[in-house]
Amino acid sequence: MTVEKTLLEIKKDLAEKKISSLEATEATLAQIEAKADLGSYVTVCADEARAAAKEADARIAAGEDLPLLGVPVAVKDNICTEGVRTTCASRFLENYVPPYDAFVVKKLKAAGAVIVGKTNMDEFAMGSASEFSAFGPVKNAVDPSRVPGGSSGGSAAAVASFQAYAALGSDTGGSIRQPASFNGVVGLKPTYSAVSRFGLVAFASSLDQIGPLARTVDDCKYVYDVIKGHDPMDSTSAPGDIDRGEKFDSLKGRRIGVAKEFFPSSLDSGIKAALDKAIKFYEKNGAEIVETSIKSFDMALACYYILSSAEASSNLSRYDGIKYGRRAAGCKSLQDIYYKSRTEFFGPEVKRRIMLGNFVLSSGYYDAFYLRASKARTLIKNDFEAALSGCDALICPTAPTTAYERGKQADPSDAYLGDVFTVPVNIAGLPGLSLRCGADADGLPIGMQLIGKAYCEETLFSLARIFEREAAV
Amino acid sequence: MSDYIVTIGLEVHCELKTESKLFCSCVNKFGGEPNSHTCPICAGHPGVMPVLNKKAVEYTVKAGCAIGSRISRFSKWDRKNYFYPDLPKAWQTSQYDLPLCVGGEVRFDVGGEEKTVRLNRIHLEEDAGKLVHGAGFTAVDYNRCGVPLIECVTEPDIHSADEAVAFLEELAGIFRYCGISDCKMQEGSIRADVNLSLSRPGEPLGTRTETKNLNSFRSVRRAIEAEIARQTEVLESGGKVVQETRHFDDASGTGYGMRSKEDAQDYRYFPEPDLMPVVLSDADIDAIAASLPELKRARRARYTSELGLSDYDADVLTSDPAVADLFDETVKLGAVAKKAANYIMSEIMRKGKTEGEDGVTVGVTGAQLSDILSLVEKGEINLVASKDVLDKIWQTDMSASEAVDKLGLRQNNDAGEIEKLVRDIIAANPGPADDFRKGNEKVLSFFVGQLMKATKGKTNPKIAGDLVRKLLSE
Repeated sequence: MTVEKTLLEIKKDLAEKKISSLEATEATLAQIEAKADLGSYVTVCADEARAAAKEADARIAAGEDLPLLGVPVAVKDNICTEGVRTTCASRFLENYVPPYDAFVVKKLKAAGAVIVGKTNMDEFAMGSASEFSAFGPVKNAVDPSRVPGGSSGGSAAAVASFQAYAALGSDTGGSIRQPASFNGVVGLKPTYSAVSRFGLVAFASSLDQIGPLARTVDDCKYVYDVIKGHDPMDSTSAPGDIDRGEKFDSLKGRRIGVAKEFFPSSLDSGIKAALDKAIKFYEKNGAEIVETSIKSFDMALACYYILSSAEASSNLSRYDGIKYGRRAAGCKSLQDIYYKSRTEFFGPEVKRRIMLGNFVLSSGYYDAFYLRASKARTLIKNDFEAALSGCDALICPTAPTTAYERGKQADPSDAYLGDVFTVPVNIAGLPGLSLRCGADADGLPIGMQLIGKAYCEETLFSLARIFEREAAV
Repeated sequence: MSDYIVTIGLEVHCELKTESKLFCSCVNKFGGEPNSHTCPICAGHPGVMPVLNKKAVEYTVKAGCAIGSRISRFSKWDRKNYFYPDLPKAWQTSQYDLPLCVGGEVRFDVGGEEKTVRLNRIHLEEDAGKLVHGAGFTAVDYNRCGVPLIECVTEPDIHSADEAVAFLEELAGIFRYCGISDCKMQEGSIRADVNLSLSRPGEPLGTRTETKNLNSFRSVRRAIEAEIARQTEVLESGGKVVQETRHFDDASGTGYGMRSKEDAQDYRYFPEPDLMPVVLSDADIDAIAASLPELKRARRARYTSELGLSDYDADVLTSDPAVADLFDETVKLGAVAKKAANYIMSEIMRKGKTEGEDGVTVGVTGAQLSDILSLVEKGEINLVASKDVLDKIWQTDMSASEAVDKLGLRQNNDAGEIEKLVRDIIAANPGPADDFRKGNEKVLSFFVGQLMKATKGKTNPKIAGDLVRKLLSE
């Protein structure tokens, strides 16, 4: 079936004119329709996609060759698309149509991609189950009674259920890797500053990164190569040629680190077994397994929730009912506009983070929270640097659980614990890749995470590719 | 009440005259249709990011160098968070604990004495937009949003309204000379907040109030005077001054409290994650310092001590850097200082001044002006004709000599030719000629006038006068 091909396969078919972009796009749109129950998309851009597909077909006919020419892909709904509403799955922005394209969207368009729609997510990317969406929850593509993970749950479910050949997500504390894990697909959170954030609606600016989700390692790398690179509009974007990773086909001489903090005694036995098997695979195939440690690991979760909420409280202040987005009805004063609009149009998790963020930044508490968290960030970075100085990558579970049942998570702090293995990577600004490494007793995918040195995505892809090809999970 | 000591500290905001805004490429220009100088970045759309205008950093460092600040090798950006419709991101990107310039001082004269005010810091930040109130609605104009603004914070070294105004005038002069700001009050490009307290001699400083956003030197003076009177009255009646933020209403000439310390805003400052810190090398700073021009105070001193101008003339010439530059250039090309000064103060400043606006448009170069002055000196044209020459070459690159020829204004200095003309005029006016011979000296000017009329002013008036007297006396 057309939609089940990998991105590289469909790309080849398109180039060889075995299929037209319009046909591939129609098949994808039909699959989106057929799988609409999953709630993967907030907005399906059928007309725009068909127009882009026709243009791609004309260019293919004219002999043009671009990396993604004619390939249907999806974009998370917190990445701005000119002329197509970008809601962040929030009531506040349900009517917001950006006047510009994000850098990565420009890159996708320049590479000839056909954007089929905007994927569903947790509101403003805050959450890890994609249940905090103003447009309804997303369901897991493997088992719709389960959550798809979050916040890029829509992107992960769309890719896993063949509603796109690849999708862009964003990852502030695990929002690409954890849903990739829950849906059994490949997700990369690139090194901080490797992909421009211009046009990504900010949640926590010092942690946010855009990255690809795809069904294979090579597809994931292929999309990453399209979207990475310097952008003068993002002052934090890394200049010049950033790649420092290595491409290799053999594990001989490679060293893979196992930090004990990522394997607590409480770790789910099914997940532990799958990870042990993966570690054995690498060892058996010639890699050296190195025991190491991230001593500051225990600080990471608190550090993350302080820093990310602080930045979020500021980043989300612009939604004030004045300039764009929704304004509550019946406002009689300026205070009314602020209070009523922000009360009515923000969901519960967003409000929680805004309050938390304002608290940690407020006069008298700044030193105790924000400043200490900033210091913890330095410790965590240093620990990762030390651990990675002795190996090519660290291996660990992506998440402490597999996909859990929908509607079950009542306590926010339990949900926050689900990010325990992913947030340290954002704090350290390093690349992290999640890849399926097995299944639990219910047949739900288990994800493993490979954490690399800064700008060494290529190394992660190499390690993941060998596993994907040879481990037979 | 003379037994109180007035202590004042100022926070002065100055818009920098960069081509573009601080964090986007929108034009930095006063006025324009509302929201015409905006883009998604300065209008605070979701997903946008700032890119620093390096020129604004250079200008701020220049300001610091001009007043002797220590320039920070490492400074950073912080978010000052608060809600207001004129602030689209709901934070102002500013500098909190690591400003670009630290310390410095400004010297100026007030009441014939030299006074020094120390600066605490100068930092760079972005301006906000403007609310426009209509009948039953309020709109927002974001044109000014993101315009680079420096905030100069003084130490509490000022003790009267006179000192405050004299300081502000000196500071504005320095910035104009540096070419970093026009400091135009009527466009709001320089604004001040006044912190003021009263105390008895020998006692610690009293509780201060802050009067915000005074946008003319006149309102600074009035606000200070009103606040001194108010605090004096409070203290005299046994009350306590409350620490608060106040607003001064220009129309009524009175201030009123806006919010007290208890409900002061908590700005929740934290480092701006979307901008890299500003790192300057010694070479960067040296290059900027080397680009500083001679400032107002130094020039004024040089004009009086070296060029022998009066204090008044030196003041007038240095009131505008463009005028002072013209004067220097003209003198450098050989003009006599006093003559150049007189001509600039009378003709150039009259012509270049627009009603209701600060500053002077200087429409000639030093070369053009020294040309005019030398033509007058040599008697090629007279002063009256020089005004026509000035009009002709104003804001063009035409030389004065060329204009004289084009206008046909070259003065006739040929005594023989003039004599013929005078004889003709005397012959045509026998009545007045008789009057002169009867002793009426006043008719001399009548004859000179007739001659000028006949030659369209192109006759050397001195030669003409002498000849009229001589020929009438024959």
